[in-house]
Amino acid sequence: MAEVTIRGVKKHFGEVKALDGIDLKIEDGKFVVLLGPSGCGKTTLLRCMSGLEKVTEGKVLFGEKDVTGYAPKDRNVSMVFQSYAVWPHMKVYSNIAYPMKIKKFDKQEIEKRALDTAKLLGISELLDRYPVQLSGGQRQRVAVARAIVLEPAVLMMDEPLSNLDALLRVLMRSELKKLQERLGTTTVYVTHDQVEAMTMGDLIAVMKDGIIQQYGRPEDIYHRPANKFIAGFIGSPQMNFINVEVKRKEGKMCLIAPGIEVECTRENEQKIDRGKHKRLIMGIRPENIHHVAGREATPIEGKVYFTERLGAETIVHLKVGDMRIISKIAGDEIFEEDKEMNMYVDTSRIRLFDPESERSILD
Amino acid sequence: MIKKTLTLIVAVVIAIWFLSPVVLIVISSLTPSAEYYDPSRILPRSLTLDHLRSLFVTLGGWRATLNSIQVAGMSIGISFLFGLPAAYALTRFVFRGKNSIRLGILLTRSFPVLIIGIPLLILYMRIGISDTLLGVALAHTSMVLPFVVLISSSIIGGISVEYEEAGMIFGLSRFASFMRITMPLVLPGLAASAIFAFIMSWNEVFVAAILTVGSRTLPAHILNAAMTAPDYFKFAAGTIMAVPAMIFIFFTRKYLMSLWGISLK
Repeated sequence: MAEVTIRGVKKHFGEVKALDGIDLKIEDGKFVVLLGPSGCGKTTLLRCMSGLEKVTEGKVLFGEKDVTGYAPKDRNVSMVFQSYAVWPHMKVYSNIAYPMKIKKFDKQEIEKRALDTAKLLGISELLDRYPVQLSGGQRQRVAVARAIVLEPAVLMMDEPLSNLDALLRVLMRSELKKLQERLGTTTVYVTHDQVEAMTMGDLIAVMKDGIIQQYGRPEDIYHRPANKFIAGFIGSPQMNFINVEVKRKEGKMCLIAPGIEVECTRENEQKIDRGKHKRLIMGIRPENIHHVAGREATPIEGKVYFTERLGAETIVHLKVGDMRIISKIAGDEIFEEDKEMNMYVDTSRIRLFDPESERSILD
Repeated sequence: MIKKTLTLIVAVVIAIWFLSPVVLIVISSLTPSAEYYDPSRILPRSLTLDHLRSLFVTLGGWRATLNSIQVAGMSIGISFLFGLPAAYALTRFVFRGKNSIRLGILLTRSFPVLIIGIPLLILYMRIGISDTLLGVALAHTSMVLPFVVLISSSIIGGISVEYEEAGMIFGLSRFASFMRITMPLVLPGLAASAIFAFIMSWNEVFVAAILTVGSRTLPAHILNAAMTAPDYFKFAAGTIMAVPAMIFIFFTRKYLMSLWGISLK
């Protein structure tokens, strides 16, 4: 087990800057998710940590030890690959035992550990089979068993659930998380799936263009996104972004767009620099727009354009001026299309971004 | 049922088409000389191994066969020694000019080995390996190597790089991971391409005939010795040439399938 420190890591492939200066500290025993769209560099970062990829610049430390120049085999890491990479010419038992065999454990130890790990993953019955005889889910369990059997300092997973069907994915999500909690192994998990990131990670590092955009707890990432990209990337349906003008009205600071006029909360008012912020981007999540009035709620007027009735919740597309505002309402509600109606914005949940830098101005 | 019968008929026709010359060659090679020239007979009454025996023993065919095997063995050895690392690099690494190199390798096949035969002979005479098996083997290598590189690279490419990376993560060096993880997986394919290389070298006659006088390979020897002999000797020579290739292909046919992209799973 180990703490992982990434210091100023850059990775260039020719002209392409896959990683453009990464600093990251992963505490011992934490489950950290690298989240981002494809091509953001998350897998490259993982591969740099594992040693499969050499860094162009910067350092990788496990605990106090600088492992930057180490080969993967000398780093005491393990990995669950996207394709599982369970060796097809070996039976399940050999797959799990092979890492120990390479490290020259004695026979009894190998057998004991392999059987214990197989039991933990619930694959004891499959030990005598070849990988081609297994289903995707079973193969994945074998890959996980192989990865944890050596008790690595760092466990790495590269989109391990992306090849499973939806139902199994939900199941494995909780199982992997439980397993990690039980083992207490420092884990780095790469995914592009925000739900996996939110549900599994102790911490999430959101990446884009080879840079970590924000590193924090899932709830912080969700409720206090550092910039517009993160705000839009996490949450479904996506956060509503509205270009607003900042104006003073009757002594109060207001955010104004065609059809929308929202008073700022006192905290937000203090963050707005009147000289600099004449225009802002207002972000509001669909679940913070309600169809009934409540505390700190500002009405917006619009016309129902479309509704998605999902059973447990209803998603309403409201046409306000030229914009389409999306609201998520709990329960199965019926709204008549083309009907004029008021929706209520929870002003305490509003996020504000600078239109130039797209950074949040609130924290 | 009708479909099945039709398939069977087609299969039989194809088999006859390809096999009948082979059968005729083999039969003719076993026909006693007196009967061979008897126009009233198609099939001989008795068979004899005389022609094969005299071709092998009296006419030096046995030596030539051994020469051929040595030449093929050497050129396979050299081709894989250089071809396999090249194939690995072409498949696994990203580097500048990769596609040009791939194309360049392919391009070497557009020069028939025949053209380089005479220059090679002169070169060999200078460096003192003319009329040696090594010389022929090197010439055959130039013919076989591009084939080995391209086929091996596609075979290695068919094995997910993640298997190998998993090996590296779980305690092996890159080389050890290739030897212990990738090698067992590509071995059937490589064996098939080795057999192919063997047959290429086994069948090659022109360069072998140009480069050697004393230590001839089998086809070169036959070209020299049997072509002036009676017909049944020619057929005996044909049998000797064809049979080893057919035996090899028989035993490796399922791997040859995988060579052309039909999965073994």
